[in-house]
Amino acid sequence: MRLNLIRFAAMAIITLLSFGTAHASTLNDVKAAGHLKCGINTGLPGFAFTDDKGNWKGFDVAFCRALAAAVLGNADKVKYVNLTGKTRFPALASGEIDVLSRNTTWTFSRDVDLGFTFLGVSYYDGQGFIGRKSLGIKSAKELDGASVCIQTGTTTELNLADFFRSNKMKYEPVPIETNAEARAGYLAERCDVYTTDASGLAATKSTFKDAENHMVFPEIISKEPLGPVVRQGDDQWADIARWTLNALIVAEELGVTQANVNEKAKGTKNPEINRMLGKEGSMGKMLGLDATWAVRAIAAGGNYAEIFEKYLGTKTPLGLSRGLNALYKDGGILYAPPIR
Amino acid sequence: MNTKSLWTNERTRGLIFQILLVVGIAVFFAFIISNTITNLEKAGLASGYSFLGDTASFDINQRLIEYSSTSTYGRAIIVGGLNTIVIAILGILAATVIGFVAGILRLSKNYLISRLVTIYVEFVRNVPVLLQIIFWWVILLSLPKVRNSLSIGDSIFLNNRGIRLPSANFYEGSVLVFSALIFALIVIYFIKRWSQKRQAKTGKIFPFGYTALGLIIFLPALTFLLADQPIDFNVPTRGRFNLKGGFNVTPELVALWLALSTYTAAFISEIVRSGILSVSSGQREAASALGLKPSLIMRKIILPQALRVIIPPLTSQYLNLTKNSSLAVAIGYQDIVSIGDTVLNQSGQALEVISIFMIFYLTLSLITSAFMNWYNKRIELVER
Repeated sequence: MRLNLIRFAAMAIITLLSFGTAHASTLNDVKAAGHLKCGINTGLPGFAFTDDKGNWKGFDVAFCRALAAAVLGNADKVKYVNLTGKTRFPALASGEIDVLSRNTTWTFSRDVDLGFTFLGVSYYDGQGFIGRKSLGIKSAKELDGASVCIQTGTTTELNLADFFRSNKMKYEPVPIETNAEARAGYLAERCDVYTTDASGLAATKSTFKDAENHMVFPEIISKEPLGPVVRQGDDQWADIARWTLNALIVAEELGVTQANVNEKAKGTKNPEINRMLGKEGSMGKMLGLDATWAVRAIAAGGNYAEIFEKYLGTKTPLGLSRGLNALYKDGGILYAPPIR
Repeated sequence: MNTKSLWTNERTRGLIFQILLVVGIAVFFAFIISNTITNLEKAGLASGYSFLGDTASFDINQRLIEYSSTSTYGRAIIVGGLNTIVIAILGILAATVIGFVAGILRLSKNYLISRLVTIYVEFVRNVPVLLQIIFWWVILLSLPKVRNSLSIGDSIFLNNRGIRLPSANFYEGSVLVFSALIFALIVIYFIKRWSQKRQAKTGKIFPFGYTALGLIIFLPALTFLLADQPIDFNVPTRGRFNLKGGFNVTPELVALWLALSTYTAAFISEIVRSGILSVSSGQREAASALGLKPSLIMRKIILPQALRVIIPPLTSQYLNLTKNSSLAVAIGYQDIVSIGDTVLNQSGQALEVISIFMIFYLTLSLITSAFMNWYNKRIELVER
């Protein structure tokens, strides 16, 4: 009896010890699992939301789908993990997700101190203010003494403090956890203004009944480059994800769309398109994928422009114009390195 | 004694198993802790508590100690901890008063009163407290807007951004006023002892309540005038967006306080009711036979005995209230969890921040239960 107990204890300890195995290559893990674990928002109009059938849609979700298509050959092979501002980084660091595509701002400390690799910028955002026109002010610099509603746990609190401090103004912060309650607080005039990223302001304003009585102030008080993130230390995986994002942007530049990508994959006169779509060179092999990875990524949801217009563009309730997010040749700053 | 008999001896065998158990548990925990630390280091997650010295860079609207966006994370968490303690103390005081009153009223012979209290108790304790917090918050948000603030004498203002009261400025000599207050309290204590002794000896009742009230107002007021009025008030005035100056009690604090105290009071009232019912009816009958007034019977006979039953479960309710205050984050009262979440997000030190939460609530709860256990010991039935 005693011997059995000891044996049992020894076995238990060995089993527990074996939990601490090292991470293998993420690419192999994803292929072995047969699906991509993608971290997305718990719900943000335009970026990650569910349609009437319960499928996740949106700008951030489209990147997950493109990556799954490039790696696994099927855009639907994604397991979505909904993360809050608080849980996103531990989830990524612990390997619960393979890639984080959740309107995450690329900052120094996140990149350097937290041990993550940012893949690039998928959306150039900036923090702004929305207020009632009846306040009678034209600029956020006239907000001395105002109450400001903020969503907690984001970089917005920090930007807000910096903005008021550098302009030598005082304010009362009213930090609220969810967007819904923060919006309710603003509408009840608990606060004079509401602040969040400009894309979020557009999304919030689109839901107001009296949208014409509110205005977004011209000041953008911060740089918020949003983009997908992976763990540091697996360069191959980071390369795959980074160039999937770049391929979507390059595709817009070269006029490759969801509709014509399969046609163009058969070969075109443009060597750059041919390289990207696997007709010339061996880009796919360098990544550890097959030759047509980019064809599948683009076919999943279209190029950058198509994804933007579908979820965020002027024809959507958000009604965002491309602005900074237009290609560099169209007056924006969106610029992907060449695929060669 | 050979090894065989060591094994067959019941005492030593028991000892061996106890040692084995203790060692086993120690090994188990040592393993879990070391495994967690190694894995966290591997994931680049744990880097200690040094981040607490970094600049916080965000603002807090309710602060009991000096704090600005240039203060450290550590200080921000202390500000949050104090805010939690404020709501816990306010909530416990209010919940106790409401709970005791409701518990006694529920046993009232007046049908209407006891029914009303029953409805209150059953309604409030069966609705999730988070919803009640948001409910009170929305109610408070529907108060007049800041431009149409209700005001009392243009010095106290009420609007949906809170209650703004004049704040006090203390000048030289204000120490004397506080000393007078403390002196009054000491005098009151001795009067109470003296009057109790006298009553025990002669049966004469001294009007203690009025004397105490008079002393506590008269002595500080007299010093205030004699010391050339060393305290004045900073009265709020209307600013461009908000009221300026004075002291603001935010609607978030009030909503949280109302919700937590009424919710916990519903449970306390049931505890009080059970305590009162546990006192045998012979006690009440004997007291009435002696000619005591009903209010005196409740205060002097029933409640002291009921307390012995009431205190232990009451302690649990106090602990619940303290822990429920962490729901504050939903409406933006900046308690330790709300501020800690921001620190966590800013610094990325999830495990460290969560461990601070745990230690904080554990300490607060242990202090509360230590105090309540001490009180419980004091009022315990002393048997001879």
